Amino acid sequence: MYVKFDFNALCKKVLDEKLKEHGLKYRLLNFGEVEFYEPLTKEQHSLFKQNLEDYGIEIIESQKTALVQKIKDAIVELVFSDEIIPVKASIYISEKLNHSYGYLSNLFSEVAYTSIENFIILQKIEHAKALIIRNKQSLTEIAHKLNYSSVAHLSTQFKNTTGITPSQFQKIIGKRRRAQSTVINPKMQYE
Amino acid sequence: MNKEFLNVIVADNDENTLIFFKNILKELKISIKVQCFSNGKDMMLYLNNDDAVVPEIVFINYTISGKDSMECLEEIEANSKFNNMVTAIFSEPIPENEIEDIFVKGANIFMKKPESFESLKKVLTEIITINWQYHASGLNKDNFILKV
Repeated sequence: MYVKFDFNALCKKVLDEKLKEHGLKYRLLNFGEVEFYEPLTKEQHSLFKQNLEDYGIEIIESQKTALVQKIKDAIVELVFSDEIIPVKASIYISEKLNHSYGYLSNLFSEVAYTSIENFIILQKIEHAKALIIRNKQSLTEIAHKLNYSSVAHLSTQFKNTTGITPSQFQKIIGKRRRAQSTVINPKMQYE
Repeated sequence: MNKEFLNVIVADNDENTLIFFKNILKELKISIKVQCFSNGKDMMLYLNNDDAVVPEIVFINYTISGKDSMECLEEIEANSKFNNMVTAIFSEPIPENEIEDIFVKGANIFMKKPESFESLKKVLTEIITINWQYHASGLNKDNFILKV
């Protein structure tokens, strides 16, 4: 059985429940942004922070880190969107965050240890991997969906990013899954 | 979860290689805490210890002694406490089917060990940088495969 997660809904729900559990008065703003009606005491803050850590949720303290996180969110939104967004990534990001692209790009490289361009490529290839594994679309369709000019372009970028081709990737994941299912059901080995 | 440094383990019989790794990793922009082991058995003993800090990434020499690298991989795969740990196998050039097998057994990274210090530095920088992205942005580790 494979399940699909709606990460936004999942994270929002967890956050919502935890905030209520801690008896805090709050308002959820944009994704990942919480406004408190009363300032938190140091003790409340550290308890809440500790509790969230169990869920892999981190409270972002610094403005710079928060802005970089917003850039990352915008990129994920851009790459994983179901429709093709007809503007250049640089314009999309700078309009969304209301800062010049030059500023954002420098800040990103400083904090994230990679450039925005490389991060976009990484996310696109991640998306391609997820689609390849789902095995419902041909590589041509995937290339089109991710806004590549051709399959060759996708394959080249895939190989440059991962060191292997999309079909090698598919083969490895397939073999891993078969290996896992033979562990669960050892009899299958002798069929 | 999102610490400002990475914990890294390197396991190799060859002391010079360990020193190379250490010196390179110390100089990267991303802060790294390195721990070295000279054989597979000691490394697994350490990792299986309940008190051990599970590192973000381990580098294991393909032909390490003490415990075979593929045995280490299988043990790591079988234990859910290592679910977020990235495993890298490095080696002299080996046939493609062996590399594929390493990935199938669950390794995330295969690195053909460069001959010079400078190229090792380049490759390690690349690996750590991409690994940082997986770490800091919560990317799906199961789909992380890198051959360099």
